[in-house]
Amino acid sequence: MKYVSKLISDIEITNKTNDKIDAFVRYFNNAPDKDKLWLIAIFTGKRPKRPVKTSLMKQWCMEITKIPEWLFLESYSTVGDLGETMALLLPTPTHHIEKKFSDLMNEIVDLKSKSDDEKEAYIRHIWSGFEVQERLIFNKLIGGSFRVGVSKKTLVNALSKYSGVEANQLMHSIIGNWDANTISFDDLIQGKHINYDNSKPYPFCLAYALEKELHDLGNLSDWQVEYKWDGIRGQIVKRNDEIFIWSRGEELVTQQFPELVEAIEQLNGDFVIDGEILALKDNAILLFNDLQKRLNRKHVTKKLMEEVPIGFYAYDMMEWMGNDIRHTPLYERRELLEQLLSSKSTDNKTLFLSETISVKNWQDLIPIRAEARSRDSEGLMLKQKNSPYHTGRKKGDWWKWKVDPLTIDAVMIYAQKGSGRRSAHYTDYTFAVKKDDGLVTVAKAYSGLTNEEIIEVSRFVKKNSIEKFGPVRTVKPELVFEIAFEGIALSNRHKSGVALRFPRISRWRKDKPVDEIDTIENVKQLIHSPN
Amino acid sequence: MKLIKFTKKGIYCIPGKFYLDPWFPVDYAIISHGHADHAKWGMKHYLCHDDSKAILQHRIGKDISIESLPYHIERTINGVKVSFFPAGHIIGSAQIRLEYKGFIVVFSGDYKVKNDHLTAPFEPVKCHEFITESTFGLPIYNWSEETVLQQQMHDWVLHNQSINRTSICVGYSLGKAQRIMKLLDGLSDIYVHSAIHNINEAIKSSGIILPQTKLWTADTDKTSLQNQIVIVPPALLGSNMIKRIPNAATAICSGWMQIRGNRRWQSVDAGFPISDHADWNGLISAVKATEAEKVYVTHGSQATFSKYLNEIGINSEEVITEYGTNEDENVETVTNLNAS
Repeated sequence: MKYVSKLISDIEITNKTNDKIDAFVRYFNNAPDKDKLWLIAIFTGKRPKRPVKTSLMKQWCMEITKIPEWLFLESYSTVGDLGETMALLLPTPTHHIEKKFSDLMNEIVDLKSKSDDEKEAYIRHIWSGFEVQERLIFNKLIGGSFRVGVSKKTLVNALSKYSGVEANQLMHSIIGNWDANTISFDDLIQGKHINYDNSKPYPFCLAYALEKELHDLGNLSDWQVEYKWDGIRGQIVKRNDEIFIWSRGEELVTQQFPELVEAIEQLNGDFVIDGEILALKDNAILLFNDLQKRLNRKHVTKKLMEEVPIGFYAYDMMEWMGNDIRHTPLYERRELLEQLLSSKSTDNKTLFLSETISVKNWQDLIPIRAEARSRDSEGLMLKQKNSPYHTGRKKGDWWKWKVDPLTIDAVMIYAQKGSGRRSAHYTDYTFAVKKDDGLVTVAKAYSGLTNEEIIEVSRFVKKNSIEKFGPVRTVKPELVFEIAFEGIALSNRHKSGVALRFPRISRWRKDKPVDEIDTIENVKQLIHSPN
Repeated sequence: MKLIKFTKKGIYCIPGKFYLDPWFPVDYAIISHGHADHAKWGMKHYLCHDDSKAILQHRIGKDISIESLPYHIERTINGVKVSFFPAGHIIGSAQIRLEYKGFIVVFSGDYKVKNDHLTAPFEPVKCHEFITESTFGLPIYNWSEETVLQQQMHDWVLHNQSINRTSICVGYSLGKAQRIMKLLDGLSDIYVHSAIHNINEAIKSSGIILPQTKLWTADTDKTSLQNQIVIVPPALLGSNMIKRIPNAATAICSGWMQIRGNRRWQSVDAGFPISDHADWNGLISAVKATEAEKVYVTHGSQATFSKYLNEIGINSEEVITEYGTNEDENVETVTNLNAS
């Protein structure tokens, strides 16, 4: 346990990615192999099922500390995390238990089948011999997610630095099927359980924001124009009957999108294609937030798949039948892509070709871009038809031409403390616009303010709370903010009758009095209006 | 017996006709310690502990009308016996004891129960009514022993030195800065920002010995800072002056750093939970030791702490004051990058 505890401390004691990587490398140098495997398992979501109800743990903690429930809850609301609250509340350990991390993990796995009495005895035993930091880790391992500000990518980069094995191969290895108790550490990092040749991705070709006048781009006929979609960039690799989906951040997200894997299985041949994963329901694109629900889960449930079905808009092909075709011109790659997708079955509601837009001259694109939002698109993409599939960002061949965000002025009416690192401040706000003589909520936003502004708003919230509903404060409607968003649609689920797409605070309108905020009628007029 | 009254201007002693740490200008103010939320500008006359006198003169003005007393020495004002007892919060901090016709009220100001070996250690004072702070009045706040904190900070500085980094520690210029100096004394040269340097000079003028430091200014040669320690006030977090120090790691020293979320919210490298206030058990033991029949709870978790005291059989009431609004232990100020 001492190595893991040291690792977590070291990671949290720096905000420099290289220091974090070095901390992992130190861990891999020092910890026993079994401990390394379990650590990788935890960081890649291979955590054991929760063996004990958190309500029971809370109960035991209150019994040990002899504090009343209201005080426990008050503490919890300040800390913002249950496992940490308990770690801080519990008394100083009476002795020290030193345990191998792998042994601890196996004990946690075994705990699941034990009786409640046995569970209680075990947890009280551990609590009595772990100091605060170890208790925190233990509680988080039992209770659920443990965020330490380290992405899979950072872990993989550390493993790569430690072992010399290529990072993407390690990504495939650690995501792949393995069990900490049966595989050896060396086999895992050498990828003995996988065939990396089947998953190896290409670096994504990235676009720049358009910085020229349209007519400076030359002949329109040299350009392929598409809608720009606001989803997750995805690279699908199909080789030798294995399918892998890579995200822009070079993480494997295959397990998060089972219906996409199923759709790809129906296509013949081996290929690598590039496109956008979108939440798609009844031909409408859902909010990015909905799509994120899919990403944040280790296991995608059937219910979630029905709630947030996804689709893939394919727009490029980098490999066909084992041949790297990135150097061939875009129009040829596009032809191959179209051929590939024409072989999909007609009932396939997941795979689509990202359609191209043909117009006669550049000027015709201006109204199309302006109306992009009505198609749930965030603008246009302009791609040189003769361009190769570049490695990374290369200026000149791929341009993104986004629509400007829509904005409204709204007043803050509810505030809530954030969680995790934001738990000391009111960071989550709900905004309202005028409706008849009152106000109606239109959006929730979490981001867009500087730390200084968050502190200032928090102070206002503390002084101007009208009511308290659990963690939510109703505040005097006084602070006006400009809210920017990417799109707007009518919605029955929202009291205001509208849903905003990706709302965020664009600025604090200290200059604007509350009676000058927008009305719900103003807001509805934005639906499908060009900007 | 009603010896004190909570007014809009501050805590008022009725027969004594003076105020304790008032936040509006009054004729006669008795000051618990030199932090800005307790020692305000504009009083016609100040009375404080000997070691706070130079601090108040430095912060409020050389020409203020001010007197001071050592700990345990009584001064009678309009029939009220006034005396100071160590509060253990910062150098010169005092609990203010008032006695009138045998009835005793003690105002804690801010206090810390653990001995930091820099400040005169906290002394419990028996009284009828006790006015306590509650900055860290939740059971999640339990400070480590001074030696453990010192070890953690030493490890961090030594690690920084091993990779040629400068260690920047952020702490309020009065109190925390001197504490950090004491904790890190001897590890390397300690550079301090001018705000801290000036406070140090004021403290030293009362005859107190502090660890050796060097003044850090914009003109200080950058290479001389390498591997050394620099202490700065919270206002400098994120400033260009800090950013100009090459290859540095930054740590905030504050009780709020006990909570992981607070540590992570900062874009700094480390957070050390070093506080000049009492932790949960410290507050409870201090309250119990007074044997007071009535406890008034001020700034911090006043609602929670007074509710809890009532539940364990100590008659208590929360009081709204203006303390804790612009002092270092307030999380807002610690995190306020542009605080003046």
